[in-house]
Amino acid sequence: MLSFLARRIAIAVPTLVLASMIIFALQQLLPGDTATALSGEERDPEVIAFIREKYHLDRPLPVRYLLWAKGVLQGDLGESIRLQKPVIDLVAEKLPVTLQLACLAMVIALVIGVPMGIVSAVRQGTTADYVANGIALWGLSIPNFWLGIMMILFFSVYLGWLPASGYVPPSESLIDNLKAMIMPAFVLGNAIAAVMMRHTRAAMLQVLQSDYVRTARAKGVSPLGVILRHCLRNAAVPIITLGALEFGQLLSGAVLTEQIFSVPGFGKLMVDAVFNRDYATVQGVVICTATTYIVLNLMADVAYFLVNPKLRRS
Amino acid sequence: MMRAVLACLLAVGLVSTPLQAQTLRFGLMEDPDALDPTLARTFTSRMVFAALCDKLVDIGPDLKPVPQLATSWSLSADEKVLTMALRPGVTFHDGEPLDAAAAKFSIERHLKMPGSQRRGEISPIDTVEVVDDLTFRINLKTPFAPLLAQFTDRAGMMVSPKAATALGDKFSTAPVCAGPFKFVERVPQDRIVVERFDGYWNKDQIQIKRIEFRPIPDGTVRLTNLRSGQLDLLERLAPNDLAQVKRDPKLKVGSTVELGFQSIVFNTAKDTPIGKDARVRAAFEASIDRNAINQVVFNGEFVPGNQWVQPKNPNYLSEFPLPKRDVAKAKALLAEAGVTNPVVNLVVYANSEAPLVGQVIQAMTKEAGFDVRLQATDFTTALDLADKGNFEAYLYNWSGRPDPDGNTFSFLACKTPLNYSRYCNPEADASMSASRLSTDPAKRRAAWKSLADRILADRPFLYLFHRRLLWAYTTKLTGFGDYPDGLVRYTGLKLD
Amino acid sequence: MSGAEAAPATVTAARSAPVAAEPGPLREIWFRLRARPSAVVGLVIVLALVGMAVFADWIAPYDPSATNWGAVRTAPSLAHPFGTDEVGRDLLSRIIHGARASLAAGLTSVALAVTLGLPLGLLAGYAGGVIDGAIMRLTDALLAIPFLILAIALAAFLGPSLTNAMVAIGLSATSIFVRLSRAQVQAITAEEFIEAARAVGNPPWRIALRHILPNIVPAILVQATLTIAAAIIAEASLSFLGLGQQPPAPSWGSMLNVAKNFLDQAPWMAIWPGVSIFLAVLSFNLLGDGLRDALDPRQRN
Repeated sequence: MLSFLARRIAIAVPTLVLASMIIFALQQLLPGDTATALSGEERDPEVIAFIREKYHLDRPLPVRYLLWAKGVLQGDLGESIRLQKPVIDLVAEKLPVTLQLACLAMVIALVIGVPMGIVSAVRQGTTADYVANGIALWGLSIPNFWLGIMMILFFSVYLGWLPASGYVPPSESLIDNLKAMIMPAFVLGNAIAAVMMRHTRAAMLQVLQSDYVRTARAKGVSPLGVILRHCLRNAAVPIITLGALEFGQLLSGAVLTEQIFSVPGFGKLMVDAVFNRDYATVQGVVICTATTYIVLNLMADVAYFLVNPKLRRS
Repeated sequence: MMRAVLACLLAVGLVSTPLQAQTLRFGLMEDPDALDPTLARTFTSRMVFAALCDKLVDIGPDLKPVPQLATSWSLSADEKVLTMALRPGVTFHDGEPLDAAAAKFSIERHLKMPGSQRRGEISPIDTVEVVDDLTFRINLKTPFAPLLAQFTDRAGMMVSPKAATALGDKFSTAPVCAGPFKFVERVPQDRIVVERFDGYWNKDQIQIKRIEFRPIPDGTVRLTNLRSGQLDLLERLAPNDLAQVKRDPKLKVGSTVELGFQSIVFNTAKDTPIGKDARVRAAFEASIDRNAINQVVFNGEFVPGNQWVQPKNPNYLSEFPLPKRDVAKAKALLAEAGVTNPVVNLVVYANSEAPLVGQVIQAMTKEAGFDVRLQATDFTTALDLADKGNFEAYLYNWSGRPDPDGNTFSFLACKTPLNYSRYCNPEADASMSASRLSTDPAKRRAAWKSLADRILADRPFLYLFHRRLLWAYTTKLTGFGDYPDGLVRYTGLKLD
Repeated sequence: MSGAEAAPATVTAARSAPVAAEPGPLREIWFRLRARPSAVVGLVIVLALVGMAVFADWIAPYDPSATNWGAVRTAPSLAHPFGTDEVGRDLLSRIIHGARASLAAGLTSVALAVTLGLPLGLLAGYAGGVIDGAIMRLTDALLAIPFLILAIALAAFLGPSLTNAMVAIGLSATSIFVRLSRAQVQAITAEEFIEAARAVGNPPWRIALRHILPNIVPAILVQATLTIAAAIIAEASLSFLGLGQQPPAPSWGSMLNVAKNFLDQAPWMAIWPGVSIFLAVLSFNLLGDGLRDALDPRQRN
């Protein structure tokens, strides 16, 4: 087990370094640089030259990468030139917002997806199963930026129930916070609920057909008891694993949804930073999301490793 | 179950919406940039500065300077020395006095701070001298007629020397000025909060206690927030939403025509038919119907124009009226130039309106034989193409300055930073210099007329129209006025 | 690809139960597919969309780029069943022509992803060692970068156009196919018939092409179909951000981008492109699911 873990961590490090190099190089390929974006309406050449020099934009690419990497190793993610704030502060500021959104989305996904998956597995082949599968397909196929627009159209413009945007920190007013977050969370959770439902269904079907469930049934355990006590417990591992992975994707995957609902989270921070050539911010956020992604993957692998005896032996 | 939870949340939410009296929530189109008057570079940040930082002079309804921090001023006979007297008893938000020394500090900061965006605006300033406690003198290298107009904007904003010295280039993280509101906090991309400054020189006129600026880029979302009561005021309402706002009894509309212009810049250094031949550009203009663009894209709300200032501006030259569309003339001009079906690559920002304007122009010019190809890019890419000259035509907008010099010199004089067209004409340069050297209105007008003679024939810029800046606000907000430079003044505003 | 936004099915599909290869003739696949109503529905919609894209010039009642200042944002009527857009173009014609952009983006980008990903995956899985390590680290690194950020950056770098959006989507989707084909190769190399082929003295390239490739085709096919669905959404997302199809050529995503400014005055402008994207994505998902069921004996009920 330990050697497995050590091996996986040893693999994760070069992956991260590579990811940071790719995004660093890619950003340099974009037309214009931070100075272009920052020199504003006036476009004074002296100002442009000054910004380039001040932030080492005139140095060769590898040198700049090393300067940045050196900072990261010392725990310094650099400074957002545009927002004039250390990237680490920006991350600390935006991460809770995105985390909250991701958590809400996950809750919605679990509340919708798991029961639907259980029902459709237990009632396989019935109308309920078809309906559940249909809903899952809908969730997978609907472009969520469109769903977002339609929800704004219906709930904000037409009914006037919910604010179209306008993030309120929970510390200020939890109710207003939830009112602003419920639509984006639903839009994000909707797609994940579909994936959850499908995997729950598959896992449940597998467990339902296994010997010990048949044994439990034969012993006279009530059907609900079988489902809850025996099946769900065994089906939980793949569901949790999947949940962890989807959660990791959510941290960086909410770009468009955050854009549409003006949620000031990671996604918005990142897109604005790309368009403004705010290199350090893009680097910093990508490193954070990539790390989360890799760690969650690692955890998923470990979970698979623990439950799968075949892997454990080899 | 979800529905039940939702319903509960909604029910509680509807009852407990807090009413924060006298907090003005202002929806902005974008997150402003650095809140340092010396470094700031966007139109949006000026809306925040209007709350934070007072200026030496403000701009009057006729675009003439009126007293603000400076109560009086005089120009020497040779127009090279400007003496200004400051308002007595004014303090910055940190309690520091705003005296002649502080004014000297601020102007010199604008001039000398590395990375200053203001230097170009006031570069003819040679030295600033303190005459007495409240009087200072500005010595110019050459006469510079637009100087006072520059002081109505960021170049005239005074910053606390103590805070500016302590914070250096981090001043924008906690700006300290002498405006009606003082800085409280800023959460990037979310909000900027300012609070009434009790030591303000004109505090009796300030009723609003607090302003929260909220950047919401999407126009529809901005409006929805206003309608549902999350905002009290929003700027740059989309012209297409105007009818909807007018129907709403709880909302009102404010408007002003911008000082700037929307135009197409042609790269005259590029070896393309439209770049090298002014006749092709004339044909392009003749094939365009500005009124139709205005109707289709802007619901007729914007103001079609053919010069660097809008037709109702006192500096508009009525000798050059708006030309009518004439496709036959366009075809004849193209034939004369010996060009058939010229391809024109037009760079537009990928925002909500520019590609639309591009498409309408594309369809109109097609009738005269042009093949316009649109290239929609992000903001920074467009600027990069423009800076480097890698474009043929560029749909460009300028937010405008009160003095026409701010709308012409940097764009049309040889080798100036905003001269994307790479236009260079000694006669035009001479006209622009003449307009700077004298404050005599007649002389300046004559200079601009001779400039227009050249520019409107050579067409390095094709002026299209002027935006109407629209504000929508709740009827609870009163005292909303007419703001010629497109920036809301918070003086006299009241929220019930 | 981003699980939440662009491609809910792909990463997880690649990770979940690999499709067990079953060397069989295409006819049998077709036969099994035909037995699934949902898959047939998917196939029919896909074919209808393809027909629409191919014959757009004949089907569309109007020129999709023909503007009409006199009929700007008119509601659906007999003359314009779907209404008109912001410059008076017929929306039905634009939806029909828009199928081209969506399908082209879906098919081309996935073709690119397979062309790049499959050989790399084969190589990694078969060669192992350092080559495998290098390829997989690169793949992991690409997967770790948020898809839309990668695509936005690529599209901004290459310049906004439909072709470049396809390249960006294709490159971003490559990792999925590298991972999938590698996993398949590793599973199959352990099988006895490969051992046998090796023992007989077949060269590695021959084993890879003759014995391994045919066996992983079904899994790739299923994944490709599902990825097309994701790629269509990705194209719409990029066009929605202004980085895809350039005006005046229609794309459902860019139509939505414009439509969101007129939600109050012209909601139909937002409804049709959204429904179209939904149907296109749905049809490929249905077909992909059908193929998976038809090809995977383990999931057959």
